[in-house]
Amino acid sequence: MATHAKAAAIALLDGPILTRAMADAVRKLDPRQLVRNPVIFVTEAISALVTVLGLRTIATGGSGGFALAIAAFLWLTVLFATFAEAVAEGRGRARADSLRRARTETLAKRLLNPADRALFEPTRANDLAVGDHVLVEAGDLIPSDGEVAEGMASVNESAITGESAPVIREAGGDRSAVTGGTQVVSDWLVVRITAAPGATFLDRMIRLVEGAERRKTPNEIALDILLAGLTIIFLIAVVTLVGLAHYSGTALGVPVLAALLVCLIPTTIGGLLSAIGIAGMDRLVRFNVMATSGRAVEAAGDVDTLLLDKTGTITLGNRMAAAFIPAPGVSERDLAEAVVLASLGDETPEGRSILAFARDRYAIAPTRPETATIVPFTAQTRLSGLDHDGHSWRKGAVDSVRQWLGGAEAPAGFTAAAERIARAGGTPLAVARDRQLLGAIELKDIVKSGIRERFAELRRMGIRTVMVTGDNRLTAAAIASEAGVDDFIAEATPQDKLTYIRRVQGEGRLVAMAGDGTNDAPALAQADVGMAMQTGTQAAREAGNMVDLDSDPTKLIEVVEIGKQLLITRGALTTFSIANDISKYFAILPAIFVAAYPELGALNVMHLASPQSAILAAVIFNALIIVALVPLALRGVRFRPIGASALLRRNLLVYGLGGIVAPFAGIKLIDTLLALTGLA
Amino acid sequence: MTISGWAEVALTLALILLAAWPVGLHIARAVEGERTFLHPILAPLERVLYAAAGVDPERGMGWQSYASALLVLNALHFLMLYAMLRLQWVLPLNPDHLAGMSPRLAFNTAMSFVTNTNWQAYSGETTLSPGSQMWGLTSHMFVSAGTGIAAAVALARAFARGGMETLGNFWADLTRIVLYVLVPIAIVAGLALVALGVPQTLATHADATTLEGAQQTISMGPVALMEAIKELGTNGGGYFNANSAHPFENPNAWSSLLEMLLVFLIPIGLTFTFGRIVGDPRQGHALLAVIGIFVVAAVACAYAAEAHANPLLTALGVDPPQGNLEGKEIRFGIPLSVLFNVITTATSCGAVNAMLDSFMPLGGMVPMFLIQLGEIVPGGVGSGLYGLLVFALLAVFVAGLMVGRTPEYLGKKIQAKEVKLAMLAVLILPLSILGGTALSLVLPQVAASLGNAGPHGLSEMLYAFTSATGNNGSAFAGLSADTPWLDTTLGIAMLLGRFAFLVPVLALAGSLAAKVKVPASSGTFPTHGPLFVGLLVGVIVILGGLQFMPALALGPLAEHFVLFAGKTY
Repeated sequence: MATHAKAAAIALLDGPILTRAMADAVRKLDPRQLVRNPVIFVTEAISALVTVLGLRTIATGGSGGFALAIAAFLWLTVLFATFAEAVAEGRGRARADSLRRARTETLAKRLLNPADRALFEPTRANDLAVGDHVLVEAGDLIPSDGEVAEGMASVNESAITGESAPVIREAGGDRSAVTGGTQVVSDWLVVRITAAPGATFLDRMIRLVEGAERRKTPNEIALDILLAGLTIIFLIAVVTLVGLAHYSGTALGVPVLAALLVCLIPTTIGGLLSAIGIAGMDRLVRFNVMATSGRAVEAAGDVDTLLLDKTGTITLGNRMAAAFIPAPGVSERDLAEAVVLASLGDETPEGRSILAFARDRYAIAPTRPETATIVPFTAQTRLSGLDHDGHSWRKGAVDSVRQWLGGAEAPAGFTAAAERIARAGGTPLAVARDRQLLGAIELKDIVKSGIRERFAELRRMGIRTVMVTGDNRLTAAAIASEAGVDDFIAEATPQDKLTYIRRVQGEGRLVAMAGDGTNDAPALAQADVGMAMQTGTQAAREAGNMVDLDSDPTKLIEVVEIGKQLLITRGALTTFSIANDISKYFAILPAIFVAAYPELGALNVMHLASPQSAILAAVIFNALIIVALVPLALRGVRFRPIGASALLRRNLLVYGLGGIVAPFAGIKLIDTLLALTGLA
Repeated sequence: MTISGWAEVALTLALILLAAWPVGLHIARAVEGERTFLHPILAPLERVLYAAAGVDPERGMGWQSYASALLVLNALHFLMLYAMLRLQWVLPLNPDHLAGMSPRLAFNTAMSFVTNTNWQAYSGETTLSPGSQMWGLTSHMFVSAGTGIAAAVALARAFARGGMETLGNFWADLTRIVLYVLVPIAIVAGLALVALGVPQTLATHADATTLEGAQQTISMGPVALMEAIKELGTNGGGYFNANSAHPFENPNAWSSLLEMLLVFLIPIGLTFTFGRIVGDPRQGHALLAVIGIFVVAAVACAYAAEAHANPLLTALGVDPPQGNLEGKEIRFGIPLSVLFNVITTATSCGAVNAMLDSFMPLGGMVPMFLIQLGEIVPGGVGSGLYGLLVFALLAVFVAGLMVGRTPEYLGKKIQAKEVKLAMLAVLILPLSILGGTALSLVLPQVAASLGNAGPHGLSEMLYAFTSATGNNGSAFAGLSADTPWLDTTLGIAMLLGRFAFLVPVLALAGSLAAKVKVPASSGTFPTHGPLFVGLLVGVIVILGGLQFMPALALGPLAEHFVLFAGKTY
């Protein structure tokens, strides 16, 4: 998160983006586009009105300077709002351009008969239909998204993920999905196309980072309604003021009323709202996570239940040896030596961890005797071992070893040890030499360091963590308590995950999960936030509403934080914007009523220089505050995992109280400058 | 301001709090159909009423049916009351043979009583017979109060559980509120008022010979029971034109205390009702704290303003330490006059025991501002609670995002639909108050109704539309309200202020009731602590109050500064 925030800060000052954003800001003044944003649309309409009236006054020989000055700053208000949006979009566009380069037009080798790799016709990638089979050989770009139908190859996916190490893609299993725009580095693949032209993952990513497919999220819509409602309320207050002022014997000009209205309606949040949304999406993109919609990002902030796979997320990828427990009458050293010999044939990560443990703890080097025959580990026998000099060593699952021993009764001490290991969440392995049981190896899941603190942090944020594992209840419970998760699903089948998600959703909770396999797809689709791994299957990637290009399920936690940050930024700027109104009343009301009742000058608590300077100062502040807050809108208000109560107190203090106080200082400062320079 | 004055205020508010708590819990039990101590006597009657009307009290109603039942009942009551007022001359119990009301005045008055406003563009003692006052006005005071409480209860239920399709049964709610709450308390309070000297008689007047030997006709009638429900139901429509300043409505300090207690009893009690219905008393306490802050602040402002002498009178030789006693009953003095009027404007009662027109400009601004906040702190019976909850939803929505979750209040997510309905309701206030005032002030024939020129005149008109829209019914006076324009527009303002607010609120209740109730966690926005109380106070002032700042600046604020500058109009 820290590096990612730094990256954002640098890009914020990026010259070319700003230059282009300025041009875009002007283009976005088109009322047909602006009508999507009610507050700014009203501001634009009023700016136009005041401009026309000011020009008319000048044309008829009157003094329209003040009106035009107000009009200028009202236009600036609108321009700053469109500029904020343009900057936010510009930052995404840079990324889109680099993605677009990966989409260069290639000629695909479309197979006439999927079974025959020799016969193909060159076809433009855009002409490929879903279901076509294409051959991709070393050096070729994969023309479109698809499933590997045949073959195995290493593929460079750096165009999508930014990760340059090639990955293996092969037919069948969980690594069968390939992405258009990636390059086969070695070997060949026959790929069945699964995406229609223009609907590939790459196309979607480009549209996403450009903001072309941006739809308002539910929360944004609700906020828009609130802002529109406030605009109407203040419109009523200002329009009726004409009648009240008329009764009081003073005529209020349109420029003055326009200034009051624009200062009161929430232009600050109205101008920054879409920039906040785009920037939130952009933060996710920079974090190498692609969300299919803004809705998904928002849902991430709302998530209160995280389903995390045990392996790779909570624990390190594999079990590791943690202890050797000798059977009665066997020395620990003898056991360790036997273990090393028996494990030489075990190439699995678990086997390697046993050898590493023996070397670290007992200083026994894994040396293979010259004439020994290695018995390699297989999934069927679940044994590995070594035959040498008429002796045999075996190591493996307890029942497999006992079978190899001929089903003899195990010593009571061994059985007790094995049970104790299982109860503590580990896996016992048995070691034997020449029909004699020597002892047990304890394999343990190693919980990632720092994950426990992370879960405690999540709990303070009100998020429950649920561990999903294929282990039995006993093992699962032990690991769960060690990692500090709130709940776990043991012996989980894909169906169990789905059922669990449905159940907690029924209680009103929002669930996030990560997954990569095809059998994860239903649960990914059911979850409110389903983050699929880029290395996962096509089915999983389509079912989820986010894809993690780094394929790191732990990132789910940060994704939640990014979602929260988005919502917090919106709330903070809304609060700030509304709180600003108090000071603007004190600036403008005395200024416009002082002609009717000079005594109302007492309300001019800021002692602003003149009615004109007071009104101008308020309008100028109102415009400048938008541009001043653009960096905050793009960067986002920092999220702190300190619990809702503390977070609210902090943000209310900064943005609520700050929103009341800051404009008093700002307006006074601008007014002083105006008076000093003699502008008003 | 004096210590004894503040002691009166503190003692009254403490007594109110003490009495409101059990009443609030009693209301919760009654509306939920639980057994109360009144059941042995009243339950058979309740069953007979249901049987006669063919109502199944257990059958829940969706928000549309609930709203339709409520609207149809109120429409029928409006027609009935309109007919009674028009046909007063043929109806019984009219010993003085008073004529019927004019169509526009009958429209205004019927609307006024159906909407719980009780704006009175007539003089009770010279316009209405005891019959009209009793079965016309008094009976409708029960119905309009019951309607408000029922709607508030329906909204409270929406927060209680998740996934509900219904809000309860309107007929059962109304019956239970009237039968177990309003009628028993009104009877006891009415008898207490009789004991304190308020008349309850069918005679319309007593003839008396004064010490100078002059003949005097003293109006009276069935006042005590009307007085009881007038205060209890935050109706505010007095038997006499002078309302609670009249010695037959409010003879002494004790009756004044009792009346203040009755006004606040249900609006304050409903915060406890709310806490019980949603299953978390702390939520009700938070709302109560918000109400408390506004009431105490209002009393302080108004008291400070009234304790200050009017400089114009001081110039004429009135002793300044007396404060501003113009338009106040000397038997109540400044503190009780201020407290009474804050209490009756903080609620939508609108009874008065002093002349608001004669308050100092800022003293008069306080009641006006309290009504403009939307009659929500604590507001009318029921209507205050649902109005306050609408603001609570908006407060949670605005600031709740700052905890990083879609805002939720009591486990119910606030989304586009809820915001839309809440804003729709809130919009009514500026539209009707500011729109009505501005329009009336620019029409020359309407401005002629004003008793004063200058800012005070603006205050009078602003107050009239504020009072009508807020369904308060108190008058700033100085305004001749019985004109075709004002009778009609103020009647419409009352209608909008009541039902154009109520229907979105019931729709809101329906939408919230159907939502799942999200279990609270440490990530949930807490809505019971001081933080929320402060937030809600801020949101009410900024969203509810600030929009009236320009109008208030041209009215009472201008008058205040002008007055102390020694200028008059």
